[in-house]
Amino acid sequence: MSAGPSAARGNILLVGVGGQGVVLASAIVADVALRSGADVKQSEVHGMSQRGGMVSSHLRYGPAVASPLIEAGQADVVVATEWNEGLRALPYLRPGAPLVVNLHRVVPPGACRDRLAGRFGYPPLAVDALAREVGDVRACDALAIARRVGSPRALNSVLLGVLATLLPFPDAAWRAALAAHVPRGSAPANERAFEAGRALRWPEETWAQAAAAGPAPNGNEGLARGVPARLAVTEAWCKGRACGICVRACPERCLALDARDRLVVVRPEACTGCRLCELLCPDFAIAVQDACVEAR
Amino acid sequence: MRVAAGYPGTPATEILQTLVRLDPDRRVYVEWSTNEKVALDLALGAAMGGARALAAMKHVGLNVAADTFMTAAYTGARAGLVIVSADDPGMHSSQNEQDNRLFARFARVPLLEPADSQEAHDFTLLAFELGERFDVPVLVRSTTRVSHARGVVRRAEVAAARAPRFERAPEKFVMLPGWARGRHRALLERLQALAAEVEESPLNRVELRDRRFGVVTSGIVYHYVREVLPEASVLKLGLSYPFPTRLVRRFAAEVERLLVVEELEPYLEADVRAAGVPVEGKAYFPRDGELSPDLVARGLERAGWPAPAPRPRHAAPATAGRPPVLCPGCPHVTPYLALRQMGAVVSGDIGCYTLAAMEPLRAMDTTVAMGSSIGMAAGLARSGGAAGPVVATIGDSTFLHAGLPALADAAYNGTRITVVILDNGTTAMTGGQAHPASGVTIRGDAAPALDLPALCRALGSGWVRVVDPYDLAGTRLALAEAVAQRGVSVVITNRPCVEMPVKVRDHPFAVDDAACTACQACMNLGCPSITWSDGWHTGRRKVQIDAATCTGCTVCAQTCAPGAIVPLAGWSGRA
Repeated sequence: MSAGPSAARGNILLVGVGGQGVVLASAIVADVALRSGADVKQSEVHGMSQRGGMVSSHLRYGPAVASPLIEAGQADVVVATEWNEGLRALPYLRPGAPLVVNLHRVVPPGACRDRLAGRFGYPPLAVDALAREVGDVRACDALAIARRVGSPRALNSVLLGVLATLLPFPDAAWRAALAAHVPRGSAPANERAFEAGRALRWPEETWAQAAAAGPAPNGNEGLARGVPARLAVTEAWCKGRACGICVRACPERCLALDARDRLVVVRPEACTGCRLCELLCPDFAIAVQDACVEAR
Repeated sequence: MRVAAGYPGTPATEILQTLVRLDPDRRVYVEWSTNEKVALDLALGAAMGGARALAAMKHVGLNVAADTFMTAAYTGARAGLVIVSADDPGMHSSQNEQDNRLFARFARVPLLEPADSQEAHDFTLLAFELGERFDVPVLVRSTTRVSHARGVVRRAEVAAARAPRFERAPEKFVMLPGWARGRHRALLERLQALAAEVEESPLNRVELRDRRFGVVTSGIVYHYVREVLPEASVLKLGLSYPFPTRLVRRFAAEVERLLVVEELEPYLEADVRAAGVPVEGKAYFPRDGELSPDLVARGLERAGWPAPAPRPRHAAPATAGRPPVLCPGCPHVTPYLALRQMGAVVSGDIGCYTLAAMEPLRAMDTTVAMGSSIGMAAGLARSGGAAGPVVATIGDSTFLHAGLPALADAAYNGTRITVVILDNGTTAMTGGQAHPASGVTIRGDAAPALDLPALCRALGSGWVRVVDPYDLAGTRLALAEAVAQRGVSVVITNRPCVEMPVKVRDHPFAVDDAACTACQACMNLGCPSITWSDGWHTGRRKVQIDAATCTGCTVCAQTCAPGAIVPLAGWSGRA
């Protein structure tokens, strides 16, 4: 096996989130390889990517390519347009090979689901740890760079600029492929984004960019309240099914009315003590007793 | 080719879209049909009229078209008729992973299995020729890794088609029992002729290398085998039905040990066995899911063959799952929010809205096949086992695809169900394809737009209500009134898809951090624009809204009891 991507042969994995231009970026790299006379195969999975799912595109070039798929440990470069997706693709990267990763984070709603503990299901922006594992990490906030040069949609071109420095293809091929694939109106912005990506200097830029992206919102640590709140219901004041506001409003779906029309907490372990039921009850029949708050 | 038709479905959608792109002069008539059966009927009719025709669909689409497909094998056609089935092993975007190669054997029509982009091109042309030579429809079966792949393709010169001319031949084209019996015999005779053809076909290729290892394979798996064990001898089958029995015997005689490597069903394996050749296959390879070079290598290893060891790799770090979700501003959210609060038993259907089955909406109880929601809801209602009101939810395109007969049935039989038609004006899941109610054709021409409320009334529903799904209270009230009706009631939501054909971007909303009590009610929408912020309120995370992706649908603001979600200040339109 060769030590890295060469003009003759290479495996490039591009990953990201739907809408970030992964498939387009992949088409551009394929075009570059084609213009250099290689056989190219590309395989992508994007069935549900338009719904915020992940996208991955396998790109292989060489004198003759058989399988369109890159196997684990065989990618000569991984280009990730999103931090979490870059981490997910890590097993594909050949040990010693470079990882190009965007520091911009697209947090999926599912990462905000542990409401009681407040634990955040999105991996921290730990560039140090990643660099220790991978070695050659080329991390930048491609979205910020793209915005700066005129179009946030050109973030994929920033990363292509970084990729261009890792591949042995001539500049003219990149320019021609870029012009052939990006929408005509956004060609100048994409060209500037490509240049900006190519001008980045490693590894200094990785640390500079990581330091700049560090204070972004969403720390990872939970507050670990851990203790569910308790409800005190004054049954005599509750109108039951005739009202039912609290049952409908409860964000954790903890509440129900039983066969005798009494309010019961069906999932006491899930109550976060948000007090919405207490706030919305027209009869002041509910009082939320929150040990977490009272302890302060 | 003169006529092409299909119904969108991953991974088949791009076939007709690419055709439209490559044919700006409109030499081919291309349409999105209302469903796959209509598409195949159209293609069959066109081929009988003397025009080469193609019907493209995903694997489960062929189930819908199967009625026509099975009998088209009897009639044959004048001009070439090619059916493309894009299978989805691994179910990247499907409800099952049926192996449609079995359909070829079932209907007894020739089966072509391209392995890459170049072969997809070449085989389709050959399919037309083969079909015309033997007077038979031809099934071209692709899989996701062939369909969603790009590669270098050299385009062949296509001979100009003959002028179409319909010649009457009722004994061939009218399948009365008496004539159909003759056509069945014709089909069996044709199989005999085809059996000789497949033995000589250049599509079936013997590659002799190391004689110790012989592999029989087809489709994309051929490339996986070449990748993993390049020195193995291979019998690559491109035309695999009828099965080339003599060829496989010859190949078996050349090699010491024979393995079949194929995705999904032991389809080739059964045929090799039937040829009296001792062979192994599924003993070492999975019968479910996609294969990959790695899985092929592990299977070969289990079979005791030399296979490359797994490469060293980085460990997988902890990451956030990223299942597909409904888009910011998706009009499908509120009906499910309301239905869950009502305790309805919800029969779902195929489309983006199937995602409402997952957290946090989790408001769907069944989903099986295109259009099944309405009939299944009627069954759930008739079962007597549903504790709450029974509601079918179905998208506009899916409703037109296969929902109409079921709605007529429920209305006719007086079944007490509510049908919610989530009308967003497009076939959103597959990327926004047009349909009979969207007012536009596949080529972008204006078309008459079908009137859904009038259609539902005509099908027999006496209670039809159109509701704005961005109005949470209005949607709740309409649904409450609907489930109180005695017979079939229909609620139609009327907001367009926020992504297609027009990107809807209204004044975005923001969170007033001081007012947010972190109750998480808005998080129950599952909107990707809303995530936790750095702020806390009595042990809970406050939320923030990403102004770049918020569409301004207002629904989260409607759920916010403390009124903390407000229009973004200082917004002056999109850049």
